[in-house]
Amino acid sequence: MLLQAWLEVVCILIATLLAACAVAPWLAAIFRIDTADSVPGRCESWLERLERPVLRLAGVWPVCEMTAGAYAAAIFVFHAAGIILLVAIQRLQPLLPWNPDQLPAVPWLIAINTAASFATNTNWQSYGGETTLSPLTQTLGLTVQNFLSAASGLCVLAVLTRGLVRRDSRTVGNFWQDLVRSTLGLLLPLAVLLGLVLASQGVVQSFGTAIEVPLLDQSLPTAAATPTKQRIVIGPVASQVAIKQLGTNGGGYFNANSAHPFENPTPLTNLLEIVAMLTLPIASCLAFGRWVGDRRQGRALLAAMAMLFLPFLLIIVRCETQPSPLLAAVTPAIDQTASGAHEGGSMEGKEVRFGPAASALFAVGTTATSCGAVNAMHDSFSPLGGMVAMWMIQLGEVVFGGVGTGLAGLIAYTLVAVFIAGLMVGRSPEYLGKKIEAREMKMGMVVLLVPLIATLIGTAAACVLPSEASAALNPGPHGFSELLYAFSSAANNNGSAFGGLTATSGFWTLSLAAAMLASRLLTMLPLVAIGGSLAAKRTVAESPGTLPTHTPLFVLLVAGTVILVGALSFVPALALGPLAEALQPLPTAAGGGKP
Amino acid sequence: MSHDTQAGILGDPAAILRAAGEAFVKLDPRRMILSPVMFTIEVGAVLITMLAVARAAGQPGAEHPAFIAAVAVGLWATVIFANFAEAMAEGRGRAQADALRRTRSDTLAKRLAAPQRDAAIEQTPSTQLRRDDYVLIEAGDIVPGDGEVVDGVATVDESAITGESAPVIRESGGDRNTVTGGTRVLSDWLVVRITANPGESFLDKMISMVEGAKRQKTPNEIALDILLAGLTLVFLVVTATLLPYSIYAVSAAGRGEPLGLAVLAALFVCLAPTTIGGLLPAIGIAGIDRMVRANVLATSGRAVEAAGDVDVLLLDKTGTITFGNRQASTFLPATGVSEHDLADAAQLASLADETPEGRSIVVLAKERHGIRSRDIESLNAEFVPFTAQTRMSGVDFDGRSIRKGARDTIVKHVLTAGGTVPPEVHRICDDVAKAGATPLVVADGATVLGVIELKDIVKGGIAERFQELRAMGIRTVMITGDNPLTAAAIAAEAGVDDFLAEATPEAKLAMIRRYQQEGHLVAMTGDGTNDAPALAQADVAVAMNSGTQAAKEAGNMVDLDSNPTKLLEIVAVGKQLLMTRGSLTTFSLANDISKYFAIVPAAFGSIYPQLKSLDVMRLHSPTTAVLAAVAFNAFVIVGLVPMALKGVKYRPLPAAVLLQQNLLVWGLGGLLLPFPCIKLLDMLLAACGVN
Repeated sequence: MLLQAWLEVVCILIATLLAACAVAPWLAAIFRIDTADSVPGRCESWLERLERPVLRLAGVWPVCEMTAGAYAAAIFVFHAAGIILLVAIQRLQPLLPWNPDQLPAVPWLIAINTAASFATNTNWQSYGGETTLSPLTQTLGLTVQNFLSAASGLCVLAVLTRGLVRRDSRTVGNFWQDLVRSTLGLLLPLAVLLGLVLASQGVVQSFGTAIEVPLLDQSLPTAAATPTKQRIVIGPVASQVAIKQLGTNGGGYFNANSAHPFENPTPLTNLLEIVAMLTLPIASCLAFGRWVGDRRQGRALLAAMAMLFLPFLLIIVRCETQPSPLLAAVTPAIDQTASGAHEGGSMEGKEVRFGPAASALFAVGTTATSCGAVNAMHDSFSPLGGMVAMWMIQLGEVVFGGVGTGLAGLIAYTLVAVFIAGLMVGRSPEYLGKKIEAREMKMGMVVLLVPLIATLIGTAAACVLPSEASAALNPGPHGFSELLYAFSSAANNNGSAFGGLTATSGFWTLSLAAAMLASRLLTMLPLVAIGGSLAAKRTVAESPGTLPTHTPLFVLLVAGTVILVGALSFVPALALGPLAEALQPLPTAAGGGKP
Repeated sequence: MSHDTQAGILGDPAAILRAAGEAFVKLDPRRMILSPVMFTIEVGAVLITMLAVARAAGQPGAEHPAFIAAVAVGLWATVIFANFAEAMAEGRGRAQADALRRTRSDTLAKRLAAPQRDAAIEQTPSTQLRRDDYVLIEAGDIVPGDGEVVDGVATVDESAITGESAPVIRESGGDRNTVTGGTRVLSDWLVVRITANPGESFLDKMISMVEGAKRQKTPNEIALDILLAGLTLVFLVVTATLLPYSIYAVSAAGRGEPLGLAVLAALFVCLAPTTIGGLLPAIGIAGIDRMVRANVLATSGRAVEAAGDVDVLLLDKTGTITFGNRQASTFLPATGVSEHDLADAAQLASLADETPEGRSIVVLAKERHGIRSRDIESLNAEFVPFTAQTRMSGVDFDGRSIRKGARDTIVKHVLTAGGTVPPEVHRICDDVAKAGATPLVVADGATVLGVIELKDIVKGGIAERFQELRAMGIRTVMITGDNPLTAAAIAAEAGVDDFLAEATPEAKLAMIRRYQQEGHLVAMTGDGTNDAPALAQADVAVAMNSGTQAAKEAGNMVDLDSNPTKLLEIVAVGKQLLMTRGSLTTFSLANDISKYFAIVPAAFGSIYPQLKSLDVMRLHSPTTAVLAAVAFNAFVIVGLVPMALKGVKYRPLPAAVLLQQNLLVWGLGGLLLPFPCIKLLDMLLAACGVN
């Protein structure tokens, strides 16, 4: 049975790699990286035909190149506009059409939190999914942001790549063109494809209203107040789920996210959803290699990500496929061994149709990428398994990470690694021929530090505010994990919830919204600045004296830098949370399970 | 060169004592703020000291006053040790500066009313000489300031600046017209126009450079400072947030104590990159100092760094690659002439020829054919020197008239005399020229005897050196005035990557621009005024001290030895500086992991006893664990001072190999070394009765 679980994991990973290899050339063709006038080719023309009407409508045709400053301003304005629009849609919900359940206006705090969350590709959900938002709000508000926030992530990666490729250039591309191209040229076709497949497997896609059905087991109700009927909400789910996975968004249609049978009905959809969330971040690496004209560079960065991903995958799968010692101590004994009925292992908080291995893979995938969709409750994972999920987020969402932003973030880490390693070979540091100097270092440090600091300070604030510390459901170190996870998730734009936290008060909604906005904008804008300052530089010629950035040693160095920064920043906090919980002596047989 | 293979890298005990004293003076916060890492540690030290005093005065608190005091001592020690490192580096520079300053004795200069030797003389102290004053310097006088010779020729002893004892000639016009203040005129006289105001002279600049008085942070240092400041900020947040975390944990666990300020300060000092932060200034000063020891004066630390980045070296053929003079290597006789006869005639024609070529012919004749030197007087011969008109030289005696010269000259000479030139002589000449050597034809009367091959002799070992440079990714380009054929032959023999033949200053400049366009950083040496544009364009430009003022001003380094081979050494010093910086940064960051293993279990053990299983070093007690980590953190700075001053070991290897080696030594070493050290310090503390 365990072998079967591992086999499943390996198959999914291979499928992911194949999908990424297939998408990479497509992604690479989307952006024009070099400044050189485009050669009228077939690929160029279909993209131009696609973008021209939209850009003309928006009044930005013909397209002219932007400086890094203008590009950053466009990103900022775009995020601000997205947030305002999303707040407006939520507040005006009762006045807008397609609100079959007559849902009221979303409360201000929740609306602001949700708007910040979806515009920043975080998709932290402090609202109750289908019970708070109408199909119109979900579709026109959330799903649109799912596309656009992923597309703007790709834009940042394009700017950074242009910085590395272009020389003596003042400009870094046009944000509106990049945005339209990545949305219409890549995300939309991929999402349509995936949405159709998901719908074919039973993911709901309907404009209909909620269905009322009698309870299957009519013998259950005894008391008069117990309902005899169940309302089942349906809606345009498949379309939202497709982009939620592809765009590493993670905001589900339903509150239960990908654990809900209408959002993720079968092991096959589970596989597809895992593949979907990993595909674009991995394809970005491969496309990066094509853009810089040296595929080894892209593969090296991908290898660094894999080096950080695979050991943690092993740990979490291993942890979750083990029987829970706490449940084993419960009397009467709970069956945790594999049988025909279930896979065995720690099943608390997991769906029977996925089993512990696929749930663990989903968990590490959704936290490694900044997706944040969940098909099992991370709160119920073993302490070490939960820690793995949390740490993958705390590494700054650079192990695969968000669409575009993940690789861009890893490049920021790479610049730091290159800076130190470059000195060790006796040259002032350079990456892909570009000198890394004070400005890149300054901006790179902002990219690295803002999420770290926001996570640590946010958690500290929650700890000292007596009213907020009690938001954690569980006592002891597990409660601390719940607080730490929430801020880690928001401040790294992941959006997954550990669970067990009541995060609807003013403190939580606003502080998490602030963390999401800070970590999105204060990483994207400095990354654009890095792109601009690199583009203006000349390219240093390569020689045997140049630090090679595609070797296994360099991969080790980049991965080591990420781990070192992550470890040094979070080890004390993790020690007080999951580590203390994991090392906790087991309760004696008479003791109860987890409260 | 004045390499003192000194008495240990730290110098004498007096220097150490003086540096230790200065380490305390440097605690002035206005100085400390220049280094953000160490400044935050100093602030922490002040706060913890105040806490210790308050607790000693009876303020209530959880931590033991003695423990707080011990942490305070650890923080102060860290700051003081870092200052000590900087003071040591400055002290070494100052010793050099003092030596230089001694040469700048105040002298009375003979100021001239007009730039003529016989103009009225006014005795003026050298410190009052302004730019564009004219002075007369006669035999035995000290040159009162930097200047340009406008009249006269003299031999000058420049050993005070260069350490080279052989006197040099300085004359007006041409490329040998500069004099440096502090040197001494040995013979004859010079009229010099002073080119620097007091305090701006070459010597002044040199003194301020080696003293580090005007030290500015280099671009790379600034970038590294940003990295370190960022990390310091993170660690500040990490430690500061541990207080609320521990408060939460105490209430959640229902036992233990929230972390005290002293433990937090201890954790912070251990995590902050104090090792590299403390040693960074010392590394920079030591780099410039190593340049000075190699007798190279860099105008800025930036230039030293750039030297490490250079990947194209433009090297003058003469003096760098070859010995500078062509030397006779073979006698190639014409048909019917024995080699011995040719050698004999050639030697006779060269006996009175004092040019290096002429002397080398005599030497070759003796080595190959045992022909002893003869006295030209006793032979009753008449030497015919080389003139611009005849363009050949030789000797007339016993009715014989032997001539040697370039092919066309001798051919014309022989034809005029009614002789013929055998065709094989032309063939030999062509072969010699094709091999990159110069043919010299020897004729006796109207008979051509044969050809002497004059070759540029490539310095021994230079080809291997270029091979090393190539492995490091540095291209070597030979610059020569020779024709392309000759240049190609020498380039092949010396193993350079490229050459520029028939080089003009314009061609040099164009070549530098082309390389820079391709993304290379170019280094070159030069001495003449016509080199100035190329020197100004090059990324690293080393002017020869014997060169003109214009060349020195265009360059960003001056080689006091005027040795063109120095470029290779300069590159090594630059690379070593950067490598030292990178290695110690890696070491400093890698150290942190072990400190968590020491401090986290100690700090949280009272709240969650299960965390004590993270204490892999099995330390004696929480108190000794924290103090041992702090002590290690402070001592490692002192321990690395020699490394900062001397630089890490430098070998010319490809970047990939260097990375592997340094990562292994400083990365892995930095990860592992603290474990045994902290354990040892912990045992020591426990043995001393600390609990």
